[in-house]
Amino acid sequence: MTQLLVRLRQRPLLWQAGLLVLAILLPLPLGDYYRTVIWRTGVYIILGLSLNIIVGYAGLFQLGHAAFYALGAYTAAILNLRLGVPLLATFPISVVVAGLFGYLITRPILHLRGDYLAIVTIAFGEVVRLALVNNLFGITGGANGLSGIQRPNLFGLELRQPIYHYYLMLFFLVITIFAVRRLEHSRLGRAWMYVREDEAAAEAMGIDTVQVKILAFVLGSGWAGLAGALYAAKLTVISPDLSKFMESVVMFCIVVLGGTGSIPGVFVGALGMVTLPELSRPLKEWRDAWLGIAMVAMMIARPEGLWPSRRVQLEIRETKE
Amino acid sequence: MQFIQQLINGVTIGSFYALVALGYTMVYGVLKMINFAHGDLFMWGAYLGLTGMTLLVGWATQGSAWMIAPVAILVILVVALTGVLVERVAYRPLRSAGRLAPIISALGVAFILESLARNLYGAKWQTYPSGVTPSGGLMLSGGVRIGIMQIAVLIASFVLMGALYLFVQRTRLGMAMRAVSLDANVSRLMGVDVDRIISVVFLIGPGLGGAAGLIVALYYGSFDFTLGWTFGLKAFIAAILGGIGNIPGAMLGGMLLGVVETLASGYISPQWKDVIAYIVLILILLFRPTGLLGERIAEKV
Repeated sequence: MTQLLVRLRQRPLLWQAGLLVLAILLPLPLGDYYRTVIWRTGVYIILGLSLNIIVGYAGLFQLGHAAFYALGAYTAAILNLRLGVPLLATFPISVVVAGLFGYLITRPILHLRGDYLAIVTIAFGEVVRLALVNNLFGITGGANGLSGIQRPNLFGLELRQPIYHYYLMLFFLVITIFAVRRLEHSRLGRAWMYVREDEAAAEAMGIDTVQVKILAFVLGSGWAGLAGALYAAKLTVISPDLSKFMESVVMFCIVVLGGTGSIPGVFVGALGMVTLPELSRPLKEWRDAWLGIAMVAMMIARPEGLWPSRRVQLEIRETKE
Repeated sequence: MQFIQQLINGVTIGSFYALVALGYTMVYGVLKMINFAHGDLFMWGAYLGLTGMTLLVGWATQGSAWMIAPVAILVILVVALTGVLVERVAYRPLRSAGRLAPIISALGVAFILESLARNLYGAKWQTYPSGVTPSGGLMLSGGVRIGIMQIAVLIASFVLMGALYLFVQRTRLGMAMRAVSLDANVSRLMGVDVDRIISVVFLIGPGLGGAAGLIVALYYGSFDFTLGWTFGLKAFIAAILGGIGNIPGAMLGGMLLGVVETLASGYISPQWKDVIAYIVLILILLFRPTGLLGERIAEKV
């Protein structure tokens, strides 16, 4: 068994291909309800990975991430409903719009210390939600949101069934994982971790900390916009609830409880935060209470998360001693 | 004249914010952490008040204003002890664990408290039994009206805040509290029992918050489980506005936020009043991160 693991570790392509085949086969034996559940989980994994750039790699507290999810969904919906842009063509625009907002919103607040950054991002998330509810510029549809979004059309194939949406999501999830892995080991990724661990030292080493932090926010926010567009494409109905504070907290918990800065951690987090409550109804009513207990207990017993990245684990262990 | 009426209403709401903001500011002062659970402790004041009032009215078969006194004592006690318990269980083990862990833990406690309220009382709007809220009011010149309830609320808030101010400035325990918020390690060397002081802070802050919850529920007459979050965030904004960690600052910030919000909702649009509160927060953090009277909060190496 251990020999097998060692061999798998030596041949990353092998287990990566195996996981991909598993992911492709996964929805086939399932019914539409469970296909939707795994689709939802996948969307939250994408959201978690995007937030992981901000919280995990760069170490910045973002408790308003759902605002960018909502902005992506609304961009896709408004372009489709107002201008008739085909839904799949709105995806890149959603990413750009959400990323742009990420820049505009975070540029002025980067100098704030951790917990204050968290508060301001909460406030921004609420401002976005209230602006959507109050029907800003008369294009957001107010508290009811927007409906009647056209289904995406891929070379004449109308994506209607959950399984098509699952594969659409999987396509983007694979791209996301590939991209964040590359980012993590890039010059920029190392700069993020340096900033996270010691900002003053990073600056002394010639890292433009402001630029590096902004890039984390812009990339993370833009990618959350993509998840929003995926949501709009499947549900065809969206509402300001997308940017509820609770959504932001779920995303934050996916990252932190799974293991800050760790890609498998995000998967574990999404399973715990999204799939489990979805599958067990009684847990759903008390979900927030369980979540709260899990958050407190995790912070006391295992602050590095369930499947942490090695670097973060070492860091936390060190500061505790 | 409408302006003066708005001002009176604004100061009333501001005194609620101030009472809740004191809890945030005191905890921040000694622990340098944001107690995200404070808003929900405040909300439990409203729910416990509801239970107490319903029981009393059921026993006396008719509601009247004297019932506020025993219920208030009960509510303050229970919420204050809950606050101490929360600190023991969820915050004390994390005291040396960096910044992220206490935030997550506090959010976790907030969820537990909110979920308990929603599942035990239901997600519907709650109203207090009739007859327990004093009604009536005084007509001042020019059509300005000030309700009995508003007068009572203002008196109660100012008495509570005044008592707190005297306690912190004039007693030994208050002096120890100020010392801990200045420098916990040195205070420990000087013989201050830091853990005990932190417990006292978690007794007073949530106690005031619980009182505020009861007062707010009496004043508005109805509330639901989202009260803790929305009101808590506003009160936190008030604490930052006045300068977090600073007790007179929280009072000033609360009053100012109440007045600004009421004026904005009267003269601009009630729909946007929450947005205006958040924008005030963002502007304050951008241009005067120390708050009006407070210490520096932006990162400086």
